[in-house]
Amino acid sequence: MAAPDLSAAMIETATLPTDWVVVLPLVLALMGAALLLIVRQSRGLSFVLALVSVLAIIACEITLLLQIFANGPVSMTMGKWLPPFGISFTADAFGASFALAAAVVTLVVLIYAEPEQPASVGGGSFYALVLLLLAGVTGSFLTGDLFNLYVWFEVLLIASFGLMVLGGRAIQLDGTVKYGFLNFLATTVFLLSLGLLYGLLGTLNMADVLRVAPQANPAAMAGVAALMLLAFGMKAAAFPVNAWLPASYHTPPAAISALMAGLLTKVGIYALLRTLVAVLPATRDLLEPVLIIIAIATLLIGPLGAIAETNLRRAMGFIVIGGIGAVMAGIALPNLAAISGAGLYIFHAMLTMTALYLVAGLIERFTGQTDTRQMGGLYAANAPLSVLFLVLVLAAAGVPPTLGFWPKLLLLQGGLEMGGWIGGLLVSALLLNAVLTLIAGTRLWAHMFWRAAPAEAVPVDRLPILPLHWLGTGVLFAMIVAAGLWPNPMLEVVRSGAADMLDPARYIAAVGLAGVTP
Amino acid sequence: MNTIIFRTIAPLIVATMLVFSIYVCLRGHNEPGGGFIGGLIGASAIAVLGMATSATHARKALYFDPLSFAGFGVLLAGLTGLISIFNDNPFMTSIWLYLELGESTVPLSTPLVFDIGVYLVVFGTISSIALGLESDEGEEP
Repeated sequence: MAAPDLSAAMIETATLPTDWVVVLPLVLALMGAALLLIVRQSRGLSFVLALVSVLAIIACEITLLLQIFANGPVSMTMGKWLPPFGISFTADAFGASFALAAAVVTLVVLIYAEPEQPASVGGGSFYALVLLLLAGVTGSFLTGDLFNLYVWFEVLLIASFGLMVLGGRAIQLDGTVKYGFLNFLATTVFLLSLGLLYGLLGTLNMADVLRVAPQANPAAMAGVAALMLLAFGMKAAAFPVNAWLPASYHTPPAAISALMAGLLTKVGIYALLRTLVAVLPATRDLLEPVLIIIAIATLLIGPLGAIAETNLRRAMGFIVIGGIGAVMAGIALPNLAAISGAGLYIFHAMLTMTALYLVAGLIERFTGQTDTRQMGGLYAANAPLSVLFLVLVLAAAGVPPTLGFWPKLLLLQGGLEMGGWIGGLLVSALLLNAVLTLIAGTRLWAHMFWRAAPAEAVPVDRLPILPLHWLGTGVLFAMIVAAGLWPNPMLEVVRSGAADMLDPARYIAAVGLAGVTP
Repeated sequence: MNTIIFRTIAPLIVATMLVFSIYVCLRGHNEPGGGFIGGLIGASAIAVLGMATSATHARKALYFDPLSFAGFGVLLAGLTGLISIFNDNPFMTSIWLYLELGESTVPLSTPLVFDIGVYLVVFGTISSIALGLESDEGEEP
């Protein structure tokens, strides 16, 4: 039997070994998770292997980012099939820098969580799940194919599900059911929208969709985009589908909720940014009124919820939601400054929200309480902790010169460039969000640190803060402060990413579809 | 399931199913079958063994932890994808080797090894779930 001639559908040019950096982070994470599954009986070996894998991933991602900076987006299509037949992995400055931030956050959480893992048999399963989560997140950031994005969403959903129930306390099961149900629903809606999109266009490769989408029926495309907005909005905990986040994020141990707060909602909002702004810009314009309303509501609901909350980590959850509103504002304002701001906000939120949850975990260990009403007098008892918390709250609110200030500045600039009542509304909502977040954060700080310690009615079990806790939190904190004081490299990265999002010519050329006519 | 008939017949059934699962896995390239369905058949064999004897006995018979099989499968599948870095091709490009054995040609390829990885993943995961369900309360998992 003679093989059919497939040369027209195959890539004939040789692939440079340097292009591999776009898939290697994912392959390393996935294979690291597999290796950790095998050695999970030994906790010490698991920890070392996990650290080595994450460091290797970080090295690959730095190389990738430098390469993108030198030559523009990098792409690789699997199995030598021409896109759109093969699955493409395509990274621009946004995807690569977020993947790098995710790996750094994972490294810090691994160090922080090491003392908390049970020494019993199977104490290493935490590490396998964390690496699997990282594989899902990295895949979502680097993929260039919408169906592949769905696959990575499933991977990270399963891994986060496993991490949330690890330990098996009743409250964790309660939080996990809420989290799991809503996220499975969101993934199903995403899959539905993908089915419709494939039916309309016959392709799901992002660059190819960009090419053929203008010929499709705009009404049908708007329906697809609305379904995606719902699905990713649920993932990102945007208003009005935000209730699952504060109900579930405080239930697992602090290190795990830090990892989730840093990574999961950011993947959701990045997917929304990628699909609406970069892949389906025409339908984004149709949905603009909805996006503006969602952005304003999310910006205000988040910090208001945090002001009303007394449980420390639940209050943090509401601050995470407020941050999602800031990125939504960027999606609603499609100009270079606002999209750069949205990208920088995602980067900042990954680092800052993780650090906030880590510090919240330290406070809970130190006081033995989870409710801020039971805390007090911490400033006298532990001054370094109070400095960490205060600076991070200021960063979350966007006070200069912290890291949170720069994305807010870009977003405000974008809003003012837009002008009109839309720009005015979004600018006021962003400023109001900063003020409210500041009120919520300083209120928490005053309650926990400044107020006199309450008389202890019942003895509580305080846990010591160990050196590895300080190391993990300190490294992340130092990075946040350094990035805030010296923001130029990150500003350049997000400008390049935003430029490629608004003008996808380089992105399409990297995938190899530049000369193809529909 | 403590009947003598089942316990006597079980080893035969298990052995037949395991051989058949490998056959289904290997023929999958051109005909119905493949790693996934083969892994399911193999895992059912382990489940039958667990029912006829006990979950602990089935675990001992497997020698390695079921989830380690799954982990090794992912590792194997990932490694087959990485091989193509050496001949300047993208990730997951298949590489073929045709062995001439007298009358017939035996095609060996990286997708075949990938499929064996899939077999191990499905086999390990489903056996782990099945044996977990068959374990008695308090038994060491």
